Amino acid sequence: MNDDIVARIEANPKYHQLVRKRSSYSTIMSILMIIAYYGYILLIAFNKEWLGTPLAPGMVTTIGIPLGVGVIIFTIAITNVYVRKANTEFDDMNAEVIREASKK
Amino acid sequence: MISKSTRNILGLTLGLLATGGVLAAGADLGNTTKQATNWVAIAMFAIFVAITLGITKWAAAKTKSAADFYTAGGGITGFQNGLAIAGDYMSAASFLGISGLVFANGFDGLIFSIGWLVGWPVITFLMAERLRNLGKFTFADVAAYRFSQTPMRSFAATGSLVVVAFYMIAQMVGAGQLIKVLFGMEYIYAVVIVGVLMMCYVLFGGMTATTWVQIIKAIMLLTGATFMALAVLWQFNFNPEALFAKAVEVHPKHLAIMSPGALIKDPVSAISVGMALMFGTAGLPHILMRFFTVPSAKEARKSVGWATTWIGYFYILTFIIGFGAIVMLTQNPEAYYVPKMVDGVQAVGADGKLVWDGLKGGGNMAAIHLANAVGGNVFLGFISAVAFATILAVVAGLTLSGASAVSHDLYATVFKHGNADSASELRVSKMTTVCLGIVAVFLGIAFEKENVAYMVMLAFAIACSANFPVLFMSVLWKDCTTKGAVAGGIVGLVASVVLTILSASVWEAVLKNPKGSALFPYSSPALFSMTAAFLVIYLVSKMDNSKQAQLERSLYPAQKVRSETGVGSSSASGH
Repeated sequence: MNDDIVARIEANPKYHQLVRKRSSYSTIMSILMIIAYYGYILLIAFNKEWLGTPLAPGMVTTIGIPLGVGVIIFTIAITNVYVRKANTEFDDMNAEVIREASKK
Repeated sequence: MISKSTRNILGLTLGLLATGGVLAAGADLGNTTKQATNWVAIAMFAIFVAITLGITKWAAAKTKSAADFYTAGGGITGFQNGLAIAGDYMSAASFLGISGLVFANGFDGLIFSIGWLVGWPVITFLMAERLRNLGKFTFADVAAYRFSQTPMRSFAATGSLVVVAFYMIAQMVGAGQLIKVLFGMEYIYAVVIVGVLMMCYVLFGGMTATTWVQIIKAIMLLTGATFMALAVLWQFNFNPEALFAKAVEVHPKHLAIMSPGALIKDPVSAISVGMALMFGTAGLPHILMRFFTVPSAKEARKSVGWATTWIGYFYILTFIIGFGAIVMLTQNPEAYYVPKMVDGVQAVGADGKLVWDGLKGGGNMAAIHLANAVGGNVFLGFISAVAFATILAVVAGLTLSGASAVSHDLYATVFKHGNADSASELRVSKMTTVCLGIVAVFLGIAFEKENVAYMVMLAFAIACSANFPVLFMSVLWKDCTTKGAVAGGIVGLVASVVLTILSASVWEAVLKNPKGSALFPYSSPALFSMTAAFLVIYLVSKMDNSKQAQLERSLYPAQKVRSETGVGSSSASGH
């Protein structure tokens, strides 16, 4: 019976649409995260001076600090954006695929 | 004035840095000196122990089957699990080590914090829901889903145990060093207490007790760190610029603490360490195991969302705490620094000021002394107890994942071919827990004087080179086969260990070979060993056209349906 459901899900174009949508979304998010993190690391490796520039004349806070804290906040934000989207939109699609497969 | 303490941190805690290590620190507590017995801290810790043992007793009544033992019956909510994951991940070393690094070098501590956080989105986007949908108790359930069980499970259990072993040694040695300095207790007692308590939690309360120990610890750590950060910011009217300005004024390195220092030297090391942290987190067995404690993929995603939030928030706090320590500890050197003595009297510098010789108890004590500075002796006791609780929560999680690798993967699947009943599997888990507890204490004592700075980084390197590629390819690539996955995983495991031994952090720092003689010049093997693992999995799978390989490929669509939709996944109601 389980095999039946699996076969019906496989045959449902909505399932393939869900997988395509969700995996392209998570791929884009992963790439954004990789750019943010390695971008920061490579900046440190190649341009320490720029990161060490004060935000404004007379200040001690450098560009690198808000940028670094920004990477942390970006990491938290992007994770929660994905979780929200997956738990609402994608899960609704998922529930529909399962419903259609179980009712026959 | 504090240059000595700076050197202590770099020299002892961050042994890797001197040899080009990048983000490796914050992982080991280095050598510390024994302090006077702190009764307030001991009393606070005793309260924590009493509460957690009470919870363990309650959990023991609920722990009847193997499923209860491994996954708390699958009934943990996403929010609770998020806190527990944070409790499992935020180690005492990251709290004291990162704040100590900020205290010594300022900006560079931030680079560490970011590195330890970026693995979480990767888990969220690629792993969390698929793990929950395919697995039951261990990550080997997921990796071996459509493959030949014996080789895959044997490999996955080996990968788990090796990672657990290195992580555990670093934790046990850290625990002994830390407790020696916080509680004024002998190293050996500290290690034995950690071993015995961790064994009690896991043995009697299984995953339920472990989860609650981790949740309580996470709440204590977040509360304590929040209080300290607020107390620091409050003094500067919540204006970070004012805090930084004061820190620049009093820190011996002055403006240099506001820019990246010597932490990142060559880009290859930077990328390699970055990969170990980013993808290694997704290969840590004790973290992956936590995803089976929630009832659904939805809750698994919620857990990781919360975990990332808490961990990121915590790292921002450690940065503030480090700067707070710079400002506040230098104001009162008599209380927090060791005087530099010359001929029995304290030395006086050219500027006519007294000369101090580093923080009391070592460079990692910055956060602890700050606790005293902002909250007095009682708060100091609280933070010390939190640090001890933190270690307990981490080692309990490690022990549980080690025990499940032995009982669920090796005993029940490899030796009994899936025919072990729940009762005997549970018995083996408990026996393994006792063995692991004894081994952990033994290793903690054996490695007391050793340099263990490389071990956490090695655990991450192995996790990202052996466990992660196998998990990733088996779930996401249809042509993957048993032979490919096992061959690639072994290559990743061996390469990461061998390259670490050949790197300066082991070859020179541990094996005492002359400086500059290390054959592998980078701080982490991950870039090479992880790439090699993926390449071997790809090539061997492609060349594998056996009957078994064809069968495994034909099983992929059904596995994919389950991993994507959760149809047929093991549910909480099953236990």
